[in-house]
Amino acid sequence: MNILKRKDLFWLALVAAAALMPAVSAVASNSFIMHVLILILLYACMSQAWNIIGGYGGQVSFGHSVFFGIGAYGAGMAVVTYGMSPWPGILIGMLAAAVVAVVISYPCFKMLSGHYFAIATFAIVEIFNRVFLVWYWVGGALGLDYPVIEEGLKNMMWYDTKTGYYYCALALFALVFGIVRLLEGHRFGYYLRAVREGQETAESLGVNSTAVKLAAMALSAALAALCGAFFVQYNLRVDPPMVMSLDMSMKFVLVTILGGSGTLAGPLLGAAVLIPLQEYTRALWGGLGGGVDLIVFGLLIIIIVVKQPAGISGIIRDIAKRMGRRPTAAKGGTSYGAA
Amino acid sequence: MALLEIRDVTKKFGELVANDRVSFNVDTGAIVGLIGPNGAGKTTLFNCISGLMKPSGGRIIFDGVDITDLPPYRITRMGAVRTFQVVRPLKDMTVLDNVLVGAFLHAAGGAQAHETAETCIRMCNLTEFADKTSGDLPIGIKKRLELARALAARPKLLMLDEVMAGLTSTEVKAALELIRRIRNNGVTLLIVEHIMEAIMPIADKVVVLDGGVKIAEGPPGQIIKDEHVISAYLGAKFSRRLQAGREGGTHA
Repeated sequence: MNILKRKDLFWLALVAAAALMPAVSAVASNSFIMHVLILILLYACMSQAWNIIGGYGGQVSFGHSVFFGIGAYGAGMAVVTYGMSPWPGILIGMLAAAVVAVVISYPCFKMLSGHYFAIATFAIVEIFNRVFLVWYWVGGALGLDYPVIEEGLKNMMWYDTKTGYYYCALALFALVFGIVRLLEGHRFGYYLRAVREGQETAESLGVNSTAVKLAAMALSAALAALCGAFFVQYNLRVDPPMVMSLDMSMKFVLVTILGGSGTLAGPLLGAAVLIPLQEYTRALWGGLGGGVDLIVFGLLIIIIVVKQPAGISGIIRDIAKRMGRRPTAAKGGTSYGAA
Repeated sequence: MALLEIRDVTKKFGELVANDRVSFNVDTGAIVGLIGPNGAGKTTLFNCISGLMKPSGGRIIFDGVDITDLPPYRITRMGAVRTFQVVRPLKDMTVLDNVLVGAFLHAAGGAQAHETAETCIRMCNLTEFADKTSGDLPIGIKKRLELARALAARPKLLMLDEVMAGLTSTEVKAALELIRRIRNNGVTLLIVEHIMEAIMPIADKVVVLDGGVKIAEGPPGQIIKDEHVISAYLGAKFSRRLQAGREGGTHA
């Protein structure tokens, strides 16, 4: 119990330190640094949302850009199409994303097994992308452009400085990471990991694996949609390729895997390494055309996965182990009992 | 009263009949051994009872309810919990986390689940391994983990699939002691076992399968003298010779 508390204190200290960042004038006055910090927080949240089903639940989804996009369109349409505050749109977007997630994954979890879930989620990205491109009601290929309206929390919009967005991103971070932290110690978190480690074993212990996976998927999609809503409020525009694309989907997956999937810290570590890299390569080599950031992502993933498949958090664990703590004993044989 | 009733359970895999109209009862509070040579259909029958497989025919009644068509998790929730012959630790999780998954089933909250899990870990002598990643443990400890995890789900009927296979004789003794303690706590046990010496001293009743068919059922003392059982284990030829030797050559 003591270790758990110490771990939580570390996270609280981290959030507190992050809250003080804008007070440092060198940070606050440099809008590029603020931009990178906001994106780190956003991508950490996106990956953490993916981590619920992909990391803890072990069901690799390539469709999270769809849920992200639905959230973005929820907020965007509330503001642009209906001239409202984005908040009700955010809630509707989250709900819609959860519904889409459940509808798509139900047949995969109930009737199919193995890779079909990954394939199905792959397919919905293309489907949603095309549908949104030609769907007049949601703005079609032109997308939605935000009007200039009053800034502040009510409209979740700021023009002069990025401080407002920064605190919004930090609140999002505290919410998403807080939820996952609670899950880790909760019955649902144990069941989710049990389903990942062995579905039949989990069922033999009374776990309804289909229900657990569906609930995880719905939560994961709703949180991804919430991140999408923040994304559109930050960019003040949205069109289908910006949000619903395989590029975007891959970022959910890659950031988490690089950082260490199925761990609380993984998504933050992954985002803290990849996002500055992405933004700086974009700033430096943006002229080379799109995708340079993904090339860098890819190279890094190859290196990390070859060195330590558990990602950055795995590397940190290895270092911590080497620094004094005795190695885990009892390496057992793999022989099973006589049949 | 019978806690578990197996009625004419048949399981076919294509042309292969793994269980052929098997029937027997498991009485409340009893230890029932299910034995038979390799390929006799013991594990298949277990899979049918626990809901992992659907029988091709027959019914399975647990605690007065027909569970034949229920999914595995519903059967576990009703109180029939099993272990697996080929151990299935939730590899990336610690021993404690593994047992907690079982303990959460009937726990009101996290604190109660932890309490149950720790009791079961102590009962199975796993305390020193509680924080170890279960995938890295040696086989004997993984077997104990299977048992602790199933116990944590608070079974009425505990079905053990060869928990003693591959254990040293000291470990077998400890396991038998534990099984007795579990029964004394009011749990009914159905135990698949390959090793006759392990099951005979503790079982109230033994059911013998051979080639998917029930060939004998009765108290252990009677089973070890049963001609069909000896023939199934030692081969028909040896059995005949044994009988012939015993009866002075009068037996065919």
